[in-house]
Amino acid sequence: MTLQTLTHLQRLEAEAIHIMREVVSEAEKPVMLYSVGKDSAVMLHLARKAFYPAPPPFPLLHVDTTWKFREMYALRDRAARKAGMQLIVYQNPEAVKRGINPFDHGGLHTDMWKTEGLKQALDLHGFDAAFGGARRDEEKSRAKERIFSFRTAAHRWDPKAQRPELWRIYNARKAKGESMRVFPLSNWTELDIWQYIHLQNIEIVPLYFAAERPTVIRDGLLLMVDDERFPLNGETPVMRSVRFRTLGCYPLTGAVESRATTLPEIIQEMLLTTTSERQGRAIDHDQAASMEKKKQEGYF
Amino acid sequence: MDDIYKTDALIAENIDAYLETHQHKTMLRFITCGSVDDGKSTLIGRLLYDSKMIFEDQLATLEADSKRVGTQGENIDFALLVDGLAAEREQGITIDVAYRFFATEKRKFIVADTPGHEQYTRNMVTGASTADLAVILVDARKGVLTQTRRHSYLAHLLGIRHIVLAVNKMDLVGYDREVFDRIVADYRAFAESIGIIEFTAVPISGLGGDNIASPSVAMGWYDGPTLLSHLETVELDQSADQRKPFRLPVQWVNRPNLDFRGFAGTIVSGQVHPGDEVRVLPSGKTSSVARIVTLDGELERAVAGQAVTLCLADEIDCSRGQVITAANSPVEVADQFEATVIWMDEDEMVPGRAYWLKIGPQTVSATVAQPKYQVNVNTMEHLAAKTLDLNAIGVAVVTTDRDIPFAPYEDSRDLGGFILIDKLTNRTVGAGLIHFALRRASNIHWQATDISRDHHANLKNQQPMVLWMTGLSGSGKSTIANLVEKKLARMNRHTFLLDGDNVRHGLNKDLGFTDADRVENIRRVGEVAKLMSDAGLIVITAFISPFRSEREMVRGMMQPGEFVEIFIDTPLEEAEKRDVKGLYAKARAGALKNFTGIDSPYEPPEAPQIRIDTTRMSPEEAADLIIAKLIP
Repeated sequence: MTLQTLTHLQRLEAEAIHIMREVVSEAEKPVMLYSVGKDSAVMLHLARKAFYPAPPPFPLLHVDTTWKFREMYALRDRAARKAGMQLIVYQNPEAVKRGINPFDHGGLHTDMWKTEGLKQALDLHGFDAAFGGARRDEEKSRAKERIFSFRTAAHRWDPKAQRPELWRIYNARKAKGESMRVFPLSNWTELDIWQYIHLQNIEIVPLYFAAERPTVIRDGLLLMVDDERFPLNGETPVMRSVRFRTLGCYPLTGAVESRATTLPEIIQEMLLTTTSERQGRAIDHDQAASMEKKKQEGYF
Repeated sequence: MDDIYKTDALIAENIDAYLETHQHKTMLRFITCGSVDDGKSTLIGRLLYDSKMIFEDQLATLEADSKRVGTQGENIDFALLVDGLAAEREQGITIDVAYRFFATEKRKFIVADTPGHEQYTRNMVTGASTADLAVILVDARKGVLTQTRRHSYLAHLLGIRHIVLAVNKMDLVGYDREVFDRIVADYRAFAESIGIIEFTAVPISGLGGDNIASPSVAMGWYDGPTLLSHLETVELDQSADQRKPFRLPVQWVNRPNLDFRGFAGTIVSGQVHPGDEVRVLPSGKTSSVARIVTLDGELERAVAGQAVTLCLADEIDCSRGQVITAANSPVEVADQFEATVIWMDEDEMVPGRAYWLKIGPQTVSATVAQPKYQVNVNTMEHLAAKTLDLNAIGVAVVTTDRDIPFAPYEDSRDLGGFILIDKLTNRTVGAGLIHFALRRASNIHWQATDISRDHHANLKNQQPMVLWMTGLSGSGKSTIANLVEKKLARMNRHTFLLDGDNVRHGLNKDLGFTDADRVENIRRVGEVAKLMSDAGLIVITAFISPFRSEREMVRGMMQPGEFVEIFIDTPLEEAEKRDVKGLYAKARAGALKNFTGIDSPYEPPEAPQIRIDTTRMSPEEAADLIIAKLIP
């Protein structure tokens, strides 16, 4: 008998597919959180593989803040169509009414659009399991989170009351009102994600590639002026060759100066660079345990 | 060290060549066992640091944190890099399983980092369940300790084939070869005694990096592999699994339209090709593989570790939880096993209680008998035990409510490892490793009889029922049950009253009042009630039956709709005030142990079919109400 060695990417792929099939078998109403970033792109691709030739048997949910990059909105709609999946876009109505934005409202912006918006969307549709693209290598509190992460009816995460996860067996049982967040990419690293996108030729938002873009510098972050809502106070944006290592709300997402226009070049830059991925996001800059606190409150 | 990780030049000069190499990396999962004192976090921190998994901003945070709360003075405290959650950082101890990632030129590694103390046995078991290899850390100054034995026993128990003895802090014993040799000899004697046939010993210094990525200059006498080169070359379980017979537990049946029916699942061992003869367990039906379907096209072969979809040549019944196997090498099927059970919950195991048992994709109801023995994880001695509490490991008989396909754990982690889930809290409360099936399953058959239960019921011209009264001692169960039976008798119904006190004089006189005995008491009464309802009777029971799980267990034994839960709701103060039998007084005085409501819990029904509030209703009125609700 000849043996076939599986590469690390083949094993990670199989693990993610196994996880998705478990959720679909055990949850009553699953949904896939889709943020349009590179991790979401990989997760969606894996979902198509897991259920082929059927389309993935759940909808995509985009918890929108109205402040994403325009190119993200374009890819979002195209990707859902290609996968043959229903796309649900949710915007927290109170945040819409109050015009919550990252310029005037600071931390409230993330709290209302993302944290509250997500809880509202899950409650509104009665989703009892939500796939998320988070990885354990992103930051320390994630390293201990389970693949099947249990949330109370109030969407709280209790790091002390996590269920042991053995072998490939996942306990998805829960009472009414309680829910699971499920992270099929838990064991992937940033490099794995990029390599997989490269190998599988997965479409990602062009913002990940370097191009001349209008930028200004705010609080040490290199920001792209993506539309006229950006308050410039007389300043003229400067055209710089930049790209993004992570994507979120455009006024909160720092770009890096780069000339990388192909995937191998992006990977090359990533490997030679010395700042970690999340540093481009304004949200983590408070204290060491900030993410853990946010997650206990229901942030994804 | 640089040869192993050294990539910068290649990355800069020829990224495509670099990617080509890295796309063919394999993956090894391992667990590190030891305590903070053994330098475990420091070792992992160094592996991450050396493989450039620490970025500049993380390093800046690490340096700041090292000065603030570190234990290494002005130096970097690598341990801080891996100690995650806020609560743990304050206690200065890791309390969970954390997963870390790093990679060399040849392999990607996933490290399960778990705490070493005995109270975290369940965490270590969790981390070990997915590991191919265990690194057992020993402090060179202390040698083989109790915890070394415990960690080795657990790693071996969970089926880890590769054990590495990493003798750390060699710098603190002057890199002395004799110290190392003595520790290795000690360890070998112990390892053989518990069945570890071979292991690899490496003398290291986590702080200095000796023999981790590069050979130690200070320990020229050591000619074995460095820790990393061993991790890079050891055989993967995934390869070993491929040589075993083909098994695929079905996770999901893919049926997008009438023309396609595929069985989706992860191959847990062996290989499969189109045309292979297969057998589905437990049904035993055979067919052959028509196609192996993936989004990337049909495969000519699929192997252990891959998640695929199989189409079979014949339309045979197969659903989630069944196992597709090589036709000439099927797995066994049984409903009773001897297994090692590892208890993981704060609430102790209740022998006889029904838990959910999940094995592969299949979930069934199961009970665990009183353990044959418990294992002292420090000395491996066998101890007598009535139950298992948090972190306890024992051997017990596990009985499932139906036949399941399985394999002994030592042959297959996926077909022999299971978890136990509490039916009420839904927590994962235990893990189990199947040793073998017990003969009962194959030797005792169900004898079909010609007179059916319907026939019995029709003769009596009534619908069989079990009226299950539950409530505190002194709540009025027996009084009301007695009245209900008298009224039914007047209506020419055939009844039988099972009373708690009376049953304990005969059928259950061997049982006491511990949680486990209470469960067994109810189980037996449930079985008797079931036989009587099969005989066509209306059964009335009056038992405290304090636990929801057991009442649900009895409900599950009966035909749907025949079990009627009646909650005789008398508040504790009221029952204690009445104290007809003088038992509350005795319990309060400490003369009676495990008395429900005093020092043993009562779990009231959440949705009883009938609730009787005895503070507002006489027993006579209660009996009338019950009859009115049940007899049209």
